Amino acid sequence: MATSTKILDQKNFERTLIRLAHEILEKNKGAENLVLVGIRTRGEFLAKRIAKKINEIEHRDIRVGLLDITLYRDDLRENLSQPILRGTDIKFDVSGRDIILIDDVLFTGRTIRAALDELVDMGRPASIQLAVLIDRGHRELPIRADFVGKNIPTSVNEKVKVSMKEVDGEDGVNLIELTEGES
Amino acid sequence: MPLVSKHLLGLEGMPKNDIQTILDTATSFREVLERPIKKVPTLQGKTIVNLFFESSTRTRISFELAERRLSADVVNFSADASSVKKGETLKDTARNIEAMKIDMVVMRHAAPGSALFLSKVIDAVVINAGDGAHEHPTQALLDMYTIREKFGRLEGLKICIVGDISHSRVALSNIYGLKTMGAEVAVCGPSTLIPRNIEKLGVTVHHKIEDAMRWANILNVLRIQLERQDRVFLPSLQEYRKYFAVTKERLMRVRNDITIMHPGPINRDVELSADVADGEHSLILQQVLNGVAVRMAVLYLLGTRS
Repeated sequence: MATSTKILDQKNFERTLIRLAHEILEKNKGAENLVLVGIRTRGEFLAKRIAKKINEIEHRDIRVGLLDITLYRDDLRENLSQPILRGTDIKFDVSGRDIILIDDVLFTGRTIRAALDELVDMGRPASIQLAVLIDRGHRELPIRADFVGKNIPTSVNEKVKVSMKEVDGEDGVNLIELTEGES
Repeated sequence: MPLVSKHLLGLEGMPKNDIQTILDTATSFREVLERPIKKVPTLQGKTIVNLFFESSTRTRISFELAERRLSADVVNFSADASSVKKGETLKDTARNIEAMKIDMVVMRHAAPGSALFLSKVIDAVVINAGDGAHEHPTQALLDMYTIREKFGRLEGLKICIVGDISHSRVALSNIYGLKTMGAEVAVCGPSTLIPRNIEKLGVTVHHKIEDAMRWANILNVLRIQLERQDRVFLPSLQEYRKYFAVTKERLMRVRNDITIMHPGPINRDVELSADVADGEHSLILQQVLNGVAVRMAVLYLLGTRS
């Protein structure tokens, strides 16, 4: 049996996004050169929400792109189950822009490695900064986030489940403890 | 959704979901082709052999580009440079190549059914790049992709394939694929170049090009392959041109807004007049570009399949 603990409820989820938006603006001294790139699936919705918050704070529209890192995964060679390709959708030139790369959970760092490789194939950004809702540790590559919603120390047999209104019907983050044999 | 099929031998009997998946996946690769660096690391470490027993320029280049843009290692093998001339059988050639640890084979061969045969004697994934007058599945897939890109759908559209239907693997693959996807298909050409009983595949036959133009949303005009006709099916090219050429003048008389496709290479002013081939309703260059994306999709889906 898996047990589930709530880490962020709807209200704190919202507050966390507002704080991330402020931190991003503070560090970049405004939104002038910023673009957001969300990693599919939940990074897409996080990016769109953060863009909306930035717009509310700065009264400036900020462009959002979507990244599908499937073609850059390092485990395709291992012939696991084939992931569905949803496609990358970035309708602006990334060169010279400050990119905020957004994902829901930072874990091994392998997704971010793939995302960085894909982004630099599309041009030469001025900078790439990483924003994640949850950092759960257990890195396998030298990658760290610039903006973190919440740090959660986890064990490897726990799973962090981020839910969002757009796909799951409600906002929230749960820590799920898996018992032997589940993963 | 992963493909049900392990190989791509033809579109006959291919599930609708598989065709759908290939076309949807190709959209992602069209985006890759618009990037400054048109290359992704997806098939790194995979080796693909292009086995061409029949000459081909554009299909081979299109496959090779698709393979390289997925970062696969590519080996080319063409009949004139090979041991085929020394009398080696297809089976021996294939087994020898497979002994060199390759993952996928893209093959063109003059014998219908050769791709199926190959898939039974080797373990590698086989992609049919044309087997005689049987099938040429990637051409039909890229035709369908191009139609879908322009019209947003395939279902309910009327496509007429014009020319030498009897000797055409492009026609057969298009018929199978389009019918599966819910399009209406007709063929048009001289009766000597239309197979008997083709109606059994669910297609309509037009013997007058004007009738085809009146009926169709899209004309897919085939090359008149003089090199493939060992017997004489046409009195002369002049006669074919007189009755079946798709020309501006003819289109103006019947319907001018019809979409024109051609798998190439074009015999300009034989089956298709130059002004129509280069005209605003022509999708011919779009087909060429989409060909690379569609082949990348096929290679990706079959090459990473568990």
